[in-house]
Amino acid sequence: MAGPQAHEKRPLSPHLQVWRWHVTMATSIFHRASGVALYLGAMVLTAWVVALASGPSAYTDFMSFLMSPLCLLILFGITAAACYHLANGIRHLAWDAGKGFDPKVSTATGWATIIAGGVGAVVVFALAFLA
Amino acid sequence: MNHSLRTPLSRARGLGSAKHGVGHFIQQRATAIFLAVLLPWFALSVLLGTDGSYDSVVGWMRHPLNAAGTALLVLTGLFHMRLGMQVVIEDYITGAVARTVSLLANTAIPAILAVIAILSVAKVFVGA
Repeated sequence: MAGPQAHEKRPLSPHLQVWRWHVTMATSIFHRASGVALYLGAMVLTAWVVALASGPSAYTDFMSFLMSPLCLLILFGITAAACYHLANGIRHLAWDAGKGFDPKVSTATGWATIIAGGVGAVVVFALAFLA
Repeated sequence: MNHSLRTPLSRARGLGSAKHGVGHFIQQRATAIFLAVLLPWFALSVLLGTDGSYDSVVGWMRHPLNAAGTALLVLTGLFHMRLGMQVVIEDYITGAVARTVSLLANTAIPAILAVIAILSVAKVFVGA
């Protein structure tokens, strides 16, 4: 009988040590990673509405904190994660409808979601700081 | 004759489907569809409709549709986030205690964030 120790030593999906990286695998891993990153994004959004509800000086302090270089870098990461997760989420919804499973199509849409994440974040930052 | 394909050991362990998988699957996707509309609307509306200053953002949030949309975004997003993180925890955290604590935290954190965010949106909306 297999004991708990034997069970716990089994490799976990997605077997990073034996798989050759390819784009459809990367998009799946990025979808999880970006979703986990958006946990932090939800906390930032909540902190933002709390600051807004706490009055002008609290809001101004919070916004100047967000505009520090480290926070801007983290914000850019969260924005890219949101854009990517949104684009790849739509790809997942298409899959749920049974469409887009062809290897060529899923590779192309995979690259498209990665590009959408980066371009989307640049567009959001351009709207925030240039418009 | 025993028609079950499960072994006696498997039955004794009592693991397997919790019978909630389909509901989880549908909720994840239903919230995803709402978020695919709410998140771009929120980002574009705040970025294009305000200059980021306190007065302009408060003015934006005092509009009923903007306050309602923000509240819906927060609730739908936190619900979707909890479902997603639940799967990650169930996949990667194997210890019984660590898994239980993580799953409880994954219920508590979105609930706490939801209450804080909704009260804050409501406060700005009514101008208290």
